[in-house]
Amino acid sequence: MSSTDEPDYRPPQVPTVDEVAANERADRLATRSIKTEAKVQGLRMLITMLDLTTLEGADTPGKVRSLCQKALTPAPHSDQDYPSVGAVCVYPPMVEIAREQVAGTDVNVASVASYFPSGQAALEERVEEVKRVRDAGADEIDVVMNRNAFLSGRYERVHEEIRELAVASGDAHLKVILETGELETYDAVRLASQIAIDAGADFIKTSTGKIKPAATMPVTLVMLETIRDHYLDTGQKVGMKPAGGIRDAKTALRYLVMVKEVLGDDWLTADRFRIGASSLLNDLLLQLEKERQGRYHSKRYLSLG
Amino acid sequence: MSEIEAAPDTADTARELLFGDRWEYAPAPQSADHVRLADRYGAFIGGEFHEADDYFPSISPATEETLAEVGRATEATVDRAVNAARRAYDSHWRDLPGSERAKYIFRIGRMIKEKSREFAVLESMDGGKPIRESRDMDIPLVAAHFFHYAGWADKLEYALPGPGRPRPLGVCGQIIPWNFPLLMAAWKIAPALATGNTVVLKPAETTPLTAIKLAEIMQEAGLPPGVVNIVHGAGDVGAAIVEHDDVDKVAFTGSTSVGKQIQKQLAGSKKRLTLELGGKGANIIFEDAPIDQAVEGIVDGIYFNQGHVCCAGSRLLVQESVADEVIQKLRHRISTLRVGHPLDKNTDIGAINSKQQLEKIRRLVDVGEKEGAEKYQPECDLPDRGFWFPPTFFTDVTQSHRIAQEEIFGPVLSVTTFRTPDEAVERANNTEYGLASGIWSDKGSKLFSISKALKNGVIWGNTFNKFDPASPFGGYKESGFGREGGVHGLLPYLNVQSQSWQPKTTPSTNGSPSTKPGNSTSTGPSPEPKADDT
Repeated sequence: MSSTDEPDYRPPQVPTVDEVAANERADRLATRSIKTEAKVQGLRMLITMLDLTTLEGADTPGKVRSLCQKALTPAPHSDQDYPSVGAVCVYPPMVEIAREQVAGTDVNVASVASYFPSGQAALEERVEEVKRVRDAGADEIDVVMNRNAFLSGRYERVHEEIRELAVASGDAHLKVILETGELETYDAVRLASQIAIDAGADFIKTSTGKIKPAATMPVTLVMLETIRDHYLDTGQKVGMKPAGGIRDAKTALRYLVMVKEVLGDDWLTADRFRIGASSLLNDLLLQLEKERQGRYHSKRYLSLG
Repeated sequence: MSEIEAAPDTADTARELLFGDRWEYAPAPQSADHVRLADRYGAFIGGEFHEADDYFPSISPATEETLAEVGRATEATVDRAVNAARRAYDSHWRDLPGSERAKYIFRIGRMIKEKSREFAVLESMDGGKPIRESRDMDIPLVAAHFFHYAGWADKLEYALPGPGRPRPLGVCGQIIPWNFPLLMAAWKIAPALATGNTVVLKPAETTPLTAIKLAEIMQEAGLPPGVVNIVHGAGDVGAAIVEHDDVDKVAFTGSTSVGKQIQKQLAGSKKRLTLELGGKGANIIFEDAPIDQAVEGIVDGIYFNQGHVCCAGSRLLVQESVADEVIQKLRHRISTLRVGHPLDKNTDIGAINSKQQLEKIRRLVDVGEKEGAEKYQPECDLPDRGFWFPPTFFTDVTQSHRIAQEEIFGPVLSVTTFRTPDEAVERANNTEYGLASGIWSDKGSKLFSISKALKNGVIWGNTFNKFDPASPFGGYKESGFGREGGVHGLLPYLNVQSQSWQPKTTPSTNGSPSTKPGNSTSTGPSPEPKADDT
């Protein structure tokens, strides 16, 4: 992998983003009022769009099994027919355990890879890791973009690396994490999004969850707009995954509103929109039960993941 | 990398965004239970509401139901109101120290904030604007205006040039429109009170109710009787105010044709005049603009408040190289705008203010079609009752089309293209109006050079329809003269001639105060009512 592979590479031309106006648009979208049936439908949809995540140094087989069970039966106490989540998201060594736990169900196994979260390793090692988690049975692979290359202006390298990671991921869905908290400007987010999409990302994802700020509304808006423009240019529908910091149902509904109003109905599906979160699921369930019963029940009825 | 290889390069028509019903928002009505309205209200004169001989209904444009009846003023009513204002002015208000006036104005601002929800709901009921806008824009700005001018009241000597103390004018006749009923009342009343004038205000006939609630606040705030008087009715009542001999200043916000009449009426009289009239604002989008935000700015420029905005960006000038992209994005964007009941929290475009205005919009849109412009409207279901018009834009518009020249005052945008910055300026200035414009470019130097070349009172860079009480607002050409807001907004309500240049004369009846320099902070022996410390 050297620059001679693609001597004519030019970074994509992307529109500039006005930060103040983008923030305002995101704020405006956050004022949508989601009530009654719309709320119930939205919350149920969000469960199916959830990448239930555990990415800790302290993760053990027991913890991952527990998470998988939660992913399959989010509300064991309830007589309600709640859907299972979209995927469980784990570190590479946990893929096989998760695979066993969710075998034969709709729940996918997602693994982070490519030396998550920093990505500071030789490309060969990162490619190798992607192949390993693919072979271990990951349906989805969340790789980190090389911010070292991006922030030093080596866009060609960023593009080429993602392309190689995409090839290595095979049939698994490739989600490219931009780590927007390290990119800082919306212009950089827009450019990184476009490079990742051009290089073969199936999804673009905001954050690892290890850096603050993680997902924000305006950053997600800018990424959704990149996805929209790419679709209108090429017909290809790339997915979006905000991750990190989305802890409550109200915030999650705001992201869903944004997807609905920027990209439309075709993206209101777990195939094209995911939220990466560890503690969101129980708040979704709490709010659903509140809509059903008219009051909040105790958190002791919510099982831990 | 599972799907991308299969991405087909299909025809453009296949690449539409679908804003359908996969996830519909449920109704989210704002409760109106806390809005208390009497069946009828008369004129507010001398601190009291007075019965009238004749009443007219104020209806909700969304439902056509009568909300309350309002007393129609006669010439005699106007005369009583002006007399009350004169008495209040002469007897104490003009001599009250600025710091005392400020307390009343602060108090009014605070009470508006306390009752902001009620004001917002009533404004949406009476005028048809979405609750999101009255809640997030109108009412907060109303309170901000009172707070801002309360701060000026005791600093007038430092605000304006000259060694003398600026002096108030006397009785101000103020006539306001229906598009921002309470906000326009605040723009008029707050600087008038801060400068020591008294007021006779006439709200628009279709939107009198929030001004009535404001009058109730004036009562509660203990504002001395007669300092603010409010009369209701149509143009004839406005004319009676303008013509009244004892009015010292007229401030009018409304249509250019009425503004011209007023200026003719006042020619040769002693009365001071400010006019804030129509506009046909240009929203100029250069190829180096942040396109997605610019599209949002187009929407804010023309679909805000159903387009009932004198400074609306009703002419889109877009550089030809990005025109197709901008128009496509605009098309997508307006299909997500929600037209519907003003009190639904998710409504983006509410009801057209009146039947008359709806007819005017329809007439001009017909003209646009007949003249050969291409009309685009998204599909939207409009309620059966009430007055509604979907967001609309015209392409293939030239400067010679009527829809590019006349103010429509509705959610109707005309789109034209330009090739170079010079051409953009030329086209933007090619109008009888000169109120507001927007410029969209990522290049700071371009924002400044273009804004210097535009003949407009207000120019927004990479934003649109932003208001702040500290920022002066007003027009060039047939958009009027005089500025409202900020320190500039004090000037139309003051005489700033230096005292040392004036011969000593006895105070005349035209309201010039008999104060001497230096007594502006004295509490004096006069029996002036004082605001309590609050």
